[in-house]
Amino acid sequence: MGESITFWVLAVVSVIAALGLVFSRRAVYSALMLGVVMLSLAVLYAVQDAPFLAAVQIIVYTGAVMMLFLFVLMLVGVDSSDSLVETIKGQRFWAVVGGLGFAALLALGIGNAVAGSPKGLAAATEGGGNVSSLAQLIFTRHVFAFEVTSALLITAALGAMVLAHRERAEAKPTQRDLSRQRFAAFGRTGKNPAPLPGPGTYARHNAIDMPALLPDGTIAPLSVNRYIARYEESKGILPPEVAEVLEQEEAARRAAQANGHGGEHGTPTVADEARDAGPDTEPMPEDGTGQDTVVAGRVVRPRGESAATEEDGK
Amino acid sequence: MTTHYLVLSALLFAIGGVGVLVRRNAIVVFMCVELMLNACNLAFVTFARQNGNLDGQLIAFFVMIVAAAEVVIGLAIIVTIFRTRRSASVDDASLLKY
Repeated sequence: MGESITFWVLAVVSVIAALGLVFSRRAVYSALMLGVVMLSLAVLYAVQDAPFLAAVQIIVYTGAVMMLFLFVLMLVGVDSSDSLVETIKGQRFWAVVGGLGFAALLALGIGNAVAGSPKGLAAATEGGGNVSSLAQLIFTRHVFAFEVTSALLITAALGAMVLAHRERAEAKPTQRDLSRQRFAAFGRTGKNPAPLPGPGTYARHNAIDMPALLPDGTIAPLSVNRYIARYEESKGILPPEVAEVLEQEEAARRAAQANGHGGEHGTPTVADEARDAGPDTEPMPEDGTGQDTVVAGRVVRPRGESAATEEDGK
Repeated sequence: MTTHYLVLSALLFAIGGVGVLVRRNAIVVFMCVELMLNACNLAFVTFARQNGNLDGQLIAFFVMIVAAAEVVIGLAIIVTIFRTRRSASVDDASLLKY
């Protein structure tokens, strides 16, 4: 009686979970559903006089294999969703039909192959329980197969290492190379080779949105975070001194543009800095994105357009 | 009761098979293969009890070992393919066809 209650509960749970595994959109849900199926099968093993296999099922499958699946899912990208394109016409439909037919065939064929009540494992496990009897079988009659599986496991571990290993195509850039690159960029475009100044950390503020102050008390333009400034601008809470600095900078940029060359001769502005942004400067979608950006209280049109108007002005 | 276990195992096997045919994500296809192996193990354990013979459990144990090795290698292959093609879809790895 107890067994059939366990069976019916777990059978329903495992079939629903298996259907969820097949039909859920997200791969992580599929993995969790597979975990549910494996756990319920472990309980079914335990019910059927196989305590050793139940333990192995939980340790190996839900422990190791599921972790491996989740790890690879995270590596490959959780949001790698399925494509809905059918490469073979009507494949889904016929797969489901074939699956149903196969299930019916198996259930009717194998399900009716067994007659009579189970013999039970009492006689087979006489010599000291399930685990010792299995061990006796493994280490006497099937010892060769057991040794071969050890070779298989070693091969699998080696194979995984070989397959997952990636050779570098070129040497990793050293600190020296990176420094050379920075100064080469400095010679070419006048890009500041030093890191960007950090935000202001002063008595009253310790946040990324506070610009750093120069020794004379004015704001260091390089330390103004453009994204935050734009957000504050849209909310109307941009501090006036920051707005002033941004405005001056924008004016300088326009003047340099009107001269023909960007920051080639004069002092480089922040905009130049962003244009040839190195790895340590954050990219600024200010130019060429085609959309109007708001800087310091007015709408800045994309570069091409503003250049055109200046051409007209000449 | 044995029949019930066998029918459950057949159902799980068929669901896994449908999953292998229907899904396109290589990892999910792999999970469905694992589901089919598990269904086989259930049948093995059930027959072991039906016949009063431990060999069925032994085979199930070996199947688990082989499945673990297979998962390791298969997932390593999937990761390698993903690195070169930026995709885990089974449709994209079709170069051997031509």
